[in-house]
This record gives sequence, C-alpha cells and structure tokens, in this order.
Amino acid sequence: MRYQVEHQTVYHYDTSVTQSQQLLHMMPRQTDFQHCVSYTLACEPQPAEHSQRLDFFGNHNDYFTMLTPHQSLAVLSRFQVDIQPRPTMVALTQSPAWEAAQAALQLQATKHLTAAPFIYATAKVKCSEALASFARHCFTPQRPLLEAAMALTQHIYAEFEFDPQATDISTPLDEVLKGRRGVCQDFAHLMIGALRSLGLACRYVSGYILTHPPAGQPRLVGADASHAWVSVYCPVYGWVDFDPTNNCLVQQDHITVAWGRDFSDVSPMRGVVLGGGQQQLAVNVTVTPLE
Amino acid sequence: MPSVLNQLYFSDRYNELLDSAGQARPHWQALLAQLESEAPATMRKRVEAVQRQVRDNGVTYNVYADTHGVQRPWDLDVLPLIIPQDEWQHISASVAQRATLLNHVLLDVYGEQHLLTSGQLPPALIYGHNGFLPSSVGIPHYDNIALHHYAVDLARAPNGQWWVVSDRTQGPTGAGYALENRTIISSAFPELFRDLNIERLSGFFASMRDSLAHWGHRVADNQARTVPGIAALGQGEPPLVVILTPGPYNETYHEQSFLAGYLGYPLVQGSDLTVRQGVVWLKTIAGLKPVHAILRRIDDDYCDPLELNAESLLGVAGLTQAARLGNVVIANALGANLLQSGALLGFLPHICKSLLGEPLRMPSVATWWCGEPAALDYVIAHLDDLVIKPAYPQVRSSPIFGEDLNPSQKESLIAKLRAQPDHYIAQEQVDISHAPVLIGHQQQTHLGSLAVSLRVYAFATPNGYAVLPGGLSRVASGKDARVVTMQRGGTSKDTWVLSHDSQPPFSLLRKTNSSQDLVRENAYLSSRMAENLFWYGRYSVRNLQKAMMLRATIRALVEYTPEMRDGEWKTMQSLCQWFDLLPSPEDEEALASWQPWTDDDLEPLLIEAVFSQQSSGLATSVQQLFQQAFNLRERISNDHWRTVNVLSRLFITRHQHASLQDALSHIEQAINHFVTLTGFAMDWMTRDLGWRFMSLGRRIERLQFMCVLLSRAIAMPQHSNLEWLLQVTNNLVTYRARYASQPEWLPVLDLLLMDANNPNSVVFQMKGLVKYLEEMDAQDNAGGIASELNDCWQALLQLDPDQCFTVGNATLAAWLNQTYAVTLNLSDRLSLRFFSYASPLVTHRQ
Repeated sequence: MRYQVEHQTVYHYDTSVTQSQQLLHMMPRQTDFQHCVSYTLACEPQPAEHSQRLDFFGNHNDYFTMLTPHQSLAVLSRFQVDIQPRPTMVALTQSPAWEAAQAALQLQATKHLTAAPFIYATAKVKCSEALASFARHCFTPQRPLLEAAMALTQHIYAEFEFDPQATDISTPLDEVLKGRRGVCQDFAHLMIGALRSLGLACRYVSGYILTHPPAGQPRLVGADASHAWVSVYCPVYGWVDFDPTNNCLVQQDHITVAWGRDFSDVSPMRGVVLGGGQQQLAVNVTVTPLE
Repeated sequence: MPSVLNQLYFSDRYNELLDSAGQARPHWQALLAQLESEAPATMRKRVEAVQRQVRDNGVTYNVYADTHGVQRPWDLDVLPLIIPQDEWQHISASVAQRATLLNHVLLDVYGEQHLLTSGQLPPALIYGHNGFLPSSVGIPHYDNIALHHYAVDLARAPNGQWWVVSDRTQGPTGAGYALENRTIISSAFPELFRDLNIERLSGFFASMRDSLAHWGHRVADNQARTVPGIAALGQGEPPLVVILTPGPYNETYHEQSFLAGYLGYPLVQGSDLTVRQGVVWLKTIAGLKPVHAILRRIDDDYCDPLELNAESLLGVAGLTQAARLGNVVIANALGANLLQSGALLGFLPHICKSLLGEPLRMPSVATWWCGEPAALDYVIAHLDDLVIKPAYPQVRSSPIFGEDLNPSQKESLIAKLRAQPDHYIAQEQVDISHAPVLIGHQQQTHLGSLAVSLRVYAFATPNGYAVLPGGLSRVASGKDARVVTMQRGGTSKDTWVLSHDSQPPFSLLRKTNSSQDLVRENAYLSSRMAENLFWYGRYSVRNLQKAMMLRATIRALVEYTPEMRDGEWKTMQSLCQWFDLLPSPEDEEALASWQPWTDDDLEPLLIEAVFSQQSSGLATSVQQLFQQAFNLRERISNDHWRTVNVLSRLFITRHQHASLQDALSHIEQAINHFVTLTGFAMDWMTRDLGWRFMSLGRRIERLQFMCVLLSRAIAMPQHSNLEWLLQVTNNLVTYRARYASQPEWLPVLDLLLMDANNPNSVVFQMKGLVKYLEEMDAQDNAGGIASELNDCWQALLQLDPDQCFTVGNATLAAWLNQTYAVTLNLSDRLSLRFFSYASPLVTHRQ
C-alpha cells in the first residue's frame, strides 16, 4: 500500500513572537514493513536555522528556529510511504507465556538489551498495583504473551469510551483509569502502564491511521489526526504492535512515524517561544491511499 | 578551659579526638593545648566572633519547607575536624580514583554501552533511573570529561577506616560553603592556623578556573571554526564561563552567588541565555556574547525545555543541541545525575578492575540492590541490621532503619520491597565516628561529641582530578544522629588537613604582565542584572524617602499640638498615603470627602507603618530592598552587603507594644544605614555600565518623588509651615545657613528646584539623568531616550522664579505634572530597550 500524508500545524499568537525554537518528530521511520518514498517540510515564516538528526530511539528529528517576529506559525509536513503486510497473526497463540517473557527480561537482560529502555516507569507513565491488577484481568497465569496483549487491547477497547473532551495531554493515568474515557494517547499510555507494571517491555508508537469514510461519501480533507498505539516486546518474535483505540493488531492501515518510552519522547511538535501571549492551535491531517 | 577531655562522652564508635585509651590523638594536640590554656571567656569570644561573622556575611541556607521566610543562617561549629596528612593522602587518592571511574561509567553509558553489553551493569540501573537522558546519548566531550565536578560523602567506621556513603554528581553543592567556613574559622584561630601548616583551599579553586578556561578555549576554537560570524578569541581574551542558577529561592543560592563572586563568573539564570546557531549566548546590554562553558547548578532535566522537561522555566531551550555540536562545555554534562544512585555502589569494585585495571581504593558502605533476586532475599533476611534507601532519586522515600520497625511495619516494608525491588537498596548500618563539638550557648558551653560525615570535592583538570584539601564536615544535630544532612538541620565544620610543608600564601588573582592585560570595563552586564541594578537603585531611594517622610510626620505629631499645625498637615498625611504608609481612600468619592486623621487615630497607624510586616510600610519595604540586593549578591562588596543585612535585621523581629519613640529610633537607625548605602553607591562602586543603571534608578525615583512632593506642596494654603518640606528633602541645614528666617515660598522653591549645586534639588537630578541618557544614546543605541527629559530640563531653566515660584502657580504645576509623566515613560522605555531580553519563555507541546 502507498499512502500520502499531509500534516498541517498552525499556531496563532495574541502578540508577536520574537524567537521560536521547534523540535519535530514528523518524518516517518524506515522499518521492516515501511519505506519512506519522499518527505518535505515547509514552514511559514521561513526558519533562520534548520537541522536534522536521528535520536536515541532512531527517530528523525527536525530542529528549527525562527527569528523574524511573527503572530502565526504554520508547519506543513508531507510524505509518501509504502507499507508491507506484517506476518504477525500466527504469533499470538504460539508466543511464550508472559511470565517467561518477564523472567527473560529480568534474568537475561543482556540478551534483550533492545527492550531494556522500555521496561520501566517514566515521569508520564507511572507503574502501580492498580495498573497491574487491571492487566491481570487479561494476563492470566501462563497465558501466551501476545494472546494476552491482544486480550488487553480488546479489554481497553470494550471498557473505555473514546472522548476527546475528557482528557488533555496533562491528564494523569490514574484519572484515565478511573474515568474510563480518553483518546488514543491515553489508551496507549494506559496499556503501556499496565504492561510495564507486570515487568513487560513495550513502547509508545506515534503515527497515523487510514480512516474509512461512511459508504458512498467522499474522503474529507483534514479530517484525520495523529494516532498512537503500543508495541509489545516478545523475546521470540520481537516487537508486535497493538492498537487499543481500534481494537486491532496493527496491519497495513497504520503509518509509523516514531517510537519512544511514552508520548513525551515523540510528540510531533514541541517548541519554546519568546513572547506570544495566549496561543491557539489548529491541526489538520489528511491520509490518502494512493493505490 | 581545663580538663576538657573529662567532659567528653565516650562511646563504642571511633572517636576523632581520642584514641581507645582515652588519650588525645597526636594531630589534635595543638588545638587541645590552645583550648586548655585559655580562659573560658576567650573561647566564648571566639564562638561569638564566628556567629557574628556568619550573620554579618549573610551566610544562609534556604530551606524549601521553611515557613519563617526563605533565609536560614548557616550553622557553623567553632571546632574544626582535623585530618592528618598521611590519612588525607589516602582519602584524596581514593576520591580522585572514584571520580575517574565514575567519569568512565558516564562516558560509557552515554556512549558505547560496553558495560551493558558485557553484563557488568544491569540495564535497570540505567533505564530504570529517571536521570538517564536519551537526548544526551552520543554527545561528545572535550578530553573525554563529562563529570567535571564531583563530591562524595564519606564516613568513618569503628575500625578507623573511611567509607563512601554516597556520590554527588548532579550539581555538587557545598564547596563554596567549605570556603566560607574556612574564612570564618581561620580568623577565629589565627595563631593556630598559621602554626599548624593547614592546607590552603584556594589552589583548588584556581585549578577549577584554569580547567574551565582550558575547555572554554577549546569551545571558542570550535565556534570560530564552525559558526559563521564568530571570531576566535583575541590574544589574552578569556573564554566566557557562567554559573547557571535556578535563582534566589534555591536552597544553596547564597553559595552560588558567593562562588560567582569568588571565581569572577557571571551568575546567570536561564532567561539570561539564548541558543542561536547552535551556540549559547549571554544577553547583555551590549548585545549577545557567546558563552563557552557553563557551571550548572540546575538539575540536568530542567536545563532544556526543548529536549528535556518541557515544564521547566529555568533552563535554556536548545542547550542540548549546543552541547552536541561541541559549542559549550556544561559542567557537569547533561545526564550526570544518572550516577547519583546507591544501586551503583555494589557494582563499582568489579567495574573499577575492568575499566581502570586496579582495585577500588576506598570501599563503599556494604550495599545491596534489591533488583537482584539473591540480594533481595538477603535483605529480607537481615532487615534488622540494614537501612533501606531509594535506589534512584525519583523514588521518594526517607531512609528506613530496619531495627526501628515493629513486626507489622516490617511486613509492609517487605511487601513494598517485593512489589518494586529495583527501586530500593539496603545499606549496612554503620556506627559512624564522633567528632568534638562545642555545645550550648554563652556561659553554658561544653565539649560534646556528635556523629560526623565529610563531603570531599574533586574537579577535573586536563591532567586528572584535583581534590579540595579539606571539605565540608557536618555533624548531626537532630534527634536522629544516624542521618546527617543540612536540610534536616545539621551543623557544619571547617575541615583542616595538616601538612608537613609550609603553605605559601596563595591568591586567586592572576599575574597581570602588561598593560594589554588590564581590564577597565566589566565585559558582561546581563540584561537581567542591569534590571536588578536599576530596581535596586529605585528601592534604595524609595526606602530613604519613606523613612524621611515618616520621620517628619511623626515629629510633627509629637512636637506640635493640633492648633500649631496648619495647611501642611493634611498634605503630609496625603503624601504618606502616596507612599502607602497610611491607608488611602478607596474611591474618588471617599477621596473628595477625606479628612486628616485625629492625633489619637494617627498614632497607631504610624507605628504600624514602621513595623508592620503585612502592610506596605517601612519594614516591608526594607525586606524588598533586601531581596533586591540579594539578587545582586555577587555584584556588591561584602561591606555593602553587611549593611543591607544589618538593616534588614533591624526590622525582622515583630515589635509588640512599640511606641512612637521606638518608631522614631528605628527610623533614625534605618536612615543611617540608608545613607551608608548611598555612600557605597556613590563612592565605592566602580562607575561602569551597571553603576549607571543603578544611578538611573536612583535619580528617576528621586525626581518622581520631588515632582509629587512639590506639586502637592504648592497646592497648600499660602501660610502653611514649610519646614517639613526642607526636612524630607534634606535641605534644612542649607536653608538655615543661607536664610536666617522662617522658610518662605520663593527661597524654598528655588533651593528645591533650581539650585544646581544642591544634590537635593530637581535641577541637579535632572542634569545628571540627562547626561547618563545622552551617553546611552551615543554608546548603546538607546534611540533618543534623553530627548523628552532634556526638553523638561530646558523648560525648567526658562521658568522665571519671581513669577512661577509662588504658591498655586499653574505654570509650575503643569511643569511638575509633565515631568512626572516623562519619568514614568522613561522607566518604561528603559525596560523595553534594555531589560526586555529577560522576559520569560513559553513552552508548548502538540
């Protein structure tokens, strides 16, 4: 499958911004199942400085600085990717028991170093007994790891309501767990918190998903959004991606941009501005299948 | 003080002073001989001198939880901890080795991670520690130094051996306090200090400065090579090193400002710096200056809101990227907090052999990391002998002593350990050594002994680590002698390392070889510092004027009966209202019908205006001045600072049942101090750019007051008493010398407005202001900032005294109003042109 993604971000400021520094995670990674064909980034006003690097997690970072006074900042990222099918369905029932996976991570840590950064609580995603017992609903004794992870994906989907009004990026996990509402980011963090509370390794994946318009209606431009899901580490099969917001294994509808320990490692755009006063943000995302 | 030893409490711990037979150890004998030979009164004098110096120098330690204000005096025992030379050589070599080792660990973890792939370090110790900063992976370091500054807490076990208790790698605090302790204690025992050959501390700080300059030059070369528009440093031009502080509310701000002054580095906050072109710049009045090295006292995850904690308002956006490009040396490197972990201790002996090829010289207190199943089992089985501590700084938990717990508490602790074993370490409980301490107050002092721990400091040089020959000794003063920290309220001690060699006097001042090396202007004045100086100038004058106004009002109340007072009485009260010394009418209506207070009502209000900490009276105003001076600590001399300190203490205690006489006497004392401050400002400070901002503040404040004062005065009835006008403007003596009569309108107004030789006149203040502003227009592109005030000045010179210097004159009233408006505008324009750089950053995330 080939997709084109357009992601436009516009900030409006009450007063003039004299200096703006931005850090972007917008360019898609290359993975075993994904190839980035093209990527362009456009900014208004023109950046005075622009640089790129790969971060610790292997994500593409774009840095830029604007020094011309401005009252609005527009960033447009546009790219095309090819996505291959993932051979993951068989792995679910044949994966090792989750207790064995947990023991391997603890006792053979050196062998599983790639998973090591993703086992522990972060400032944003704390571990707790409440999260562990939430996970144990699906992680029953000796259940295969990936089967249990799929069950947890379904459990979150069934128990939680998608509600963009219920939370924002600063809502703590405890509140999401109690309120049973949130958006993809909350559900991904919830699943990560639950898995790590059991001593398992998992990472936060940010990207996009193809949405299907109701039958007979055209695809709307800008109606899509950034998306987030969870990748679980299996000592035998490696990383396997689950989407608790859509109750599915990640297949060809998901476009991966970046991954990290939680949202704060991969937020699409974070920045620091001098001046500006109050600010309003508008984001438009359009995912278009090209084949 | 005879037979001091008999007063000592003996214990089964190692005693620093006494050997097992109860005899004084040889290295203490000189001090003991001195104590035994002198009268108790002499000792008391020494103690008092120490306390006075701590107070007067304003040595403080801020405690976050302290509800009695942020300032707490530093607690310093008069007796030092003495360490003989051979013992020190072992300590020093061990600390240098440990710093070398930890630097290797830091480089490896943020570099090749050989320690992880080879299984020498469990990954949990890195990735489970919130101090691990992924954005720091791969940052290059000049001379492979990431840990520039290191401190370690040591304690001595009963067998006499020193042990490492914990490592400090984030922003090792206390070296500045150690230096201040030395200054104070060496002047309490000048003879002993001379005779004993005690190792000097200044050499350590000199090598610290040399090292930072060395790396600063490397950075400057890199900038000149890679950044367009940046030239190489000139011959003899020093690199710019700054100390990055979280600000005055940080617990060790006093130390930071002291070190900044001592090392000659600007003390800057995050908002003083900005990153452009991958370079860190200091925002100065003269524009942006490239920074080469940063001695940071901000926790690393708060240092860069762009890449690290986005909620931090303390840091500098883009700092990580600047470090990545080799355009700044940050001491310590971002990510060094990772080493501040008890969990690491047990792995160091093995890593030391593998990395350095030698055994670890000084052992750590036996430590088990519960993240290893075997260690957890051991800890649970031996809980009674162990102290449970957090493995990582992000785990909030006080040390728990197993022996203190009852069976059910023990159960819940074990459950906690099993739930998150990797969050905890257990340490053997060491009975740490006791050092002699002088206990009690005044007549009641006696020798006691308390548990002591020693913090030792190391700083990297291109040739290995230099170790401070001394350190910060601390004794527990709280109930729990097993835990020694300053935050819990401990007492500090100077640390004397004895030497066989005589110590040459050493000064931090460098040798200046030729006139080219002379520096005639401080190179860097940050925008924030300029703003602080400006406001310090304004507050100093405002305080003096408030005091003068209060004094005149109280005197009029005390000396005259109501019948003797005239139209001036209402005006004096309304001026007190203008200064917020008396409550003002709430709205226009109340203002129109406002009548002066009766004497009985006024008396308690005036007393309140002097002493109250709540209202905006003199006491509050003095505290504001103190705060402003505190923000400038490294810019003002010790003598100057002492005056501010004494002034602030004058008003710090709550005065119950104070009388008008008490109020007057306090005002008189305060005025004396204010005048001393004026003397420092006028005659003791170098007249550089910073001084000019302070002077602008002083003159603007003064001019505003004169405008308000005079416009209200000329609205008084014709026959009002004018003596108070001369009093509050400090013109009474001059007037009496010139006119042997009661004050009359024309000569009074002439003296206050037009006398160009009188510093207490409007024209004198204006002339100076216009001169400074014109200099700024010429040198600093201030944009015609002088013109409006210049117009006012010229208009004043055109006024005809015979015509205009009369009561109720409309021309004069209009001129006063206009000039007042111009001074307000002037203050805004200065802020916009020179201080606006310092405005705070806003972060956002999507």
